[in-house]
Amino acid sequence: MEILMCIVAGLLFAAAVYLMLSKSLLRIIIGTGLLSHGTHLMLLTMGGLKTGAVPVLGENAASYTDPIPQALILTAIVISFGVTAVFLVIAYRAYQELGTDNMDQMRGMETDD
Amino acid sequence: MKTNDVIFQTVAKIVFFMIIFFAIHLFFAGHYYPGGGFVGGLLTSGAIVLLLLAFDMKTVRRGFPVDFKWLTALGLLFSVGTAAGSLIFNVPFFTHAYDYFQLPLFGKTSLHTAMLFDLGVYLVVIGVTMTIIQTIGESE
Amino acid sequence: MSLLHWAILAPFIMAVFVPFLRKKAASIHTGWFVLILPVVLFSTFLQYFPVTMNNGSVSETAAWIPSLGIDFTAYVDGLSLLFVLLITGIGALVVLYSIFYLSKTKESLHHFYVYLLMFMGAMLGVVLSDNVITLYMFWEFTSISSFLLIAYWYDRDRSRYGALKSMLITVFGGLMMLGGFLVLSIMGNTFSIRELAAQAPELNDHPLFLLAMILVLLGAFTKSAQFPFYIWLPDAMEAPTPVSAYLHSATMVKAGIYLVARFSPIFAFSGYWFWIVGAVGLFTMAWASFNAVKQTDLKGILAFSTVSQLGLIMSLLGIGAASLHFDALDDNIYTAAVIAAVFHLINHATFKGSLFMVVGIIDHETGTRDIRKLGGLMSLMPITFTLSVIGAFSMAGLPPFNGFLSKEMFLLSMIQLMELNLFNVESWALLFPVLAWVGSVFTFIYSMMIVFKVFTGKFQPEKLDKKPHEAPLGMLISPIVLALLVVVFGLFPNLLSYSLIQPAAAAIVPSIIPPGEQLYVNIYFWHGITPELLMTIGVIIVGLLLYKWLPKWMGVYDYFPGKVTLNHFYNASLYAAERGSNSITNAYMTGFIRSYLVYIFAFFIAALGFTMWAKEAFTFDASAAAPINFYEVALVLVLIAATLTILFAKSRLTSIISLGAVGYTVSLFFVIFRAPDLALTQLVIETVSTALFLLCFYHLPKLSRHEERRRFQVGNAIIAAGVGMIVTLIGISAHSSKFFDSINAYYIENTYTKAGGENMVNVILVDFRGFDTLFEIAVLSVAALGIYGLIKLRLEKGGETNENE
Repeated sequence: MEILMCIVAGLLFAAAVYLMLSKSLLRIIIGTGLLSHGTHLMLLTMGGLKTGAVPVLGENAASYTDPIPQALILTAIVISFGVTAVFLVIAYRAYQELGTDNMDQMRGMETDD
Repeated sequence: MKTNDVIFQTVAKIVFFMIIFFAIHLFFAGHYYPGGGFVGGLLTSGAIVLLLLAFDMKTVRRGFPVDFKWLTALGLLFSVGTAAGSLIFNVPFFTHAYDYFQLPLFGKTSLHTAMLFDLGVYLVVIGVTMTIIQTIGESE
Repeated sequence: MSLLHWAILAPFIMAVFVPFLRKKAASIHTGWFVLILPVVLFSTFLQYFPVTMNNGSVSETAAWIPSLGIDFTAYVDGLSLLFVLLITGIGALVVLYSIFYLSKTKESLHHFYVYLLMFMGAMLGVVLSDNVITLYMFWEFTSISSFLLIAYWYDRDRSRYGALKSMLITVFGGLMMLGGFLVLSIMGNTFSIRELAAQAPELNDHPLFLLAMILVLLGAFTKSAQFPFYIWLPDAMEAPTPVSAYLHSATMVKAGIYLVARFSPIFAFSGYWFWIVGAVGLFTMAWASFNAVKQTDLKGILAFSTVSQLGLIMSLLGIGAASLHFDALDDNIYTAAVIAAVFHLINHATFKGSLFMVVGIIDHETGTRDIRKLGGLMSLMPITFTLSVIGAFSMAGLPPFNGFLSKEMFLLSMIQLMELNLFNVESWALLFPVLAWVGSVFTFIYSMMIVFKVFTGKFQPEKLDKKPHEAPLGMLISPIVLALLVVVFGLFPNLLSYSLIQPAAAAIVPSIIPPGEQLYVNIYFWHGITPELLMTIGVIIVGLLLYKWLPKWMGVYDYFPGKVTLNHFYNASLYAAERGSNSITNAYMTGFIRSYLVYIFAFFIAALGFTMWAKEAFTFDASAAAPINFYEVALVLVLIAATLTILFAKSRLTSIISLGAVGYTVSLFFVIFRAPDLALTQLVIETVSTALFLLCFYHLPKLSRHEERRRFQVGNAIIAAGVGMIVTLIGISAHSSKFFDSINAYYIENTYTKAGGENMVNVILVDFRGFDTLFEIAVLSVAALGIYGLIKLRLEKGGETNENE
């Protein structure tokens, strides 16, 4: 299972990177979203899958799943939500101001001093 | 353009309260069962978002006359305050304390300073989510 | 947390309330509220006198980061008490003065007093900290508040320039000092100054000793404006005059002196210390006094004079180090230098403080500080004139003021150096008294300039913006108090001897004082016809002559061309640094986001791929893997299908929905993999994000697939595939080789016993790793504010922000 999940995470990463390298703003944002999904799955896999009970002591189990990756992921999920929101708004404001979503045309101005 | 979706609105009103109660339950259960400030806060804002979809920005704003930016700040203050509060008792920053109390109605209950911290998280999450959605929703 | 800690924190706490006081009680000058604090602190600290007078000390510790050995230890001994009284005492007078100096209606007082209180707290922290890390923290706080105060009138170019300059130089020094502290803590294995001092002999032989000393001295020299770092202080005079009086003459610039004094027990036995501190101080003293004479701005003169006087104290501390090499206390003539340093420190605070306030009054009442425009003010401002005479004569070293006494002690110490046969002083011995004497002559000249160029000569009303008259009484109180102290300390110096000077000096050279004994401090006027008295008389005669012929030899200064000054060097190097980094940045910052991402991902592939290949890190071992069942395979297929749909989607709605599908599938994975918290959170987040995407939907562009050149597309695909491969390989290797047990056992065991919870994930979030969560919600709030700003605050054409609400 872990091997399979590693491959899945790798696929998500590849798709995410491909999207992020494209020129369209929206695709870049979707790419970052995919990237965080891939990361979360990867992190969870690293803790070992299905090795014990749900990490709640009330379960009275002999062994529990590793709670640390879960705590990390929980933080990461919420943060990636914030990141996505900021990206979305930047994209929408940029589109509003510049009238384009093509990254080539959005190239920053040369500023000297 | 305003469509007349009475059924959706009525259902939304009822479901809203169900979600809110579930969210609060999740928040309080957090220390012992799955749940906590993050999920609780997100679910609460999810409920408000539901109302947003059913009604419109203005109605919801009238229903919740809260500046969510203030809510965010309040939540942060709660969290930092809880963490810094430990300094007064001459223990390192972020030392939590807890004890068990016999409360009327609830029976044996454990009270945590961690819960206060989590309350801060809860408020920040609601504040942040709603600030984001409200700002985007209101902009034309 | 003890009373001492609260005393340090009190100004910070007070600072929080200042804006409210300004708003709610606008009719009362905010300064009146602020004034209470230094007065209360001053009287609070008086209670430590009985302790320090017997060479005792008080120390209180509060845990801060105990795991790193960093505690918030407040420590009061003679030296820190002296500084605390200076900080709070002068602080009270300066606040009182500022009430009349700064207009209640025109100035943004809330900013001013917030910064001032921040500074006061930081300065108390510096002098009361025993832990070097806390000391460093407060030290940088003083730099920051100084920066803010210099730039108080931030719409002036000169203010911003001066603020930046002081910040760059003092923060540079501060960082060097931090390095020195870290080296020291590595050598002595402690962060506590007292513990370091206790092992001074061992540290002395350590190979890193010299490095630590130089780094710490860099901090002290930049802060105390020693050569060649003094250039920031004259530009710092752009700050309001109360600030100059407080920070840039009486307290903050003395933090460097404090540092040298505080670290003397650790470093002073070394010959390097004697030479570096002594020589730099003395040269600064002579050089700055020479430069002060050519200034035309009154505050410019005072700035250079402050640099010079700081150099004087610094050199005394350096020379005082020689006392450690003599055992007998009674005939140890070099302790006199340490005593002189402490005495002059007090004197300088009194006379320079009053002089700054006098200059502030002149500026306030005439509208200029240019000595070419001023003159003949004696009859118009008689009280101010008297005050300036007292301050300037004391600075020049004339009797019967306190400056005379400490100046005599300074000259005496320099003369005594000729008898020292240590550290190869013999060959240079004559240079010390000569430099000291030359510096004193110029000190005399500029002191006279301050008095006579302004108050005598021709009155030139046509050059002044205002009609000058005597200052209001309130503004005069503070300088009068200080001038009175100048006279009182001059006439009765032994008021200070056993109360302040002796305990402070003892803290600088503790090792030569046998237990149970005390340093003998007795300061008196008449020593008979001594060499130092003759030197003073020489200073007066030569100084008077030179002052009279000033116009004739002013040409000397033209021999110093502008190109070789330190200021020119500072400006040029700043400019070069800006240009240099600009051109380097422009070389690789193409402005295309794709380039940046390619840098990142290519590096990712190369670095990790190379490591894996070079270290032969790839392993494959599926024996520990969990079994795969039907649902999981189905989910994986759904996930892959959704991902592919995103890649090939033609419409934005399809992409958004497919992204949602990926998210929900991931949350199902969380369910299967026994992570209920995650599953819940992911479900809700996915719902809210989809709502967010839909909200933005109408504002977002159509999903146009821009014409991309084949070459680019292939390149993108290769990089993407590479990243995916590397991630997979690392994942498999990490899973296949477990070198050590997971740390999760700790959390599983202690969740109930230590944190009283049962849901481990939540307990980790709010308790064990609460810091992460705290910062996370802070980041979230920043994100929300950022979004709010992006949408609500629109940058108008003129570059002004405008809130459309």
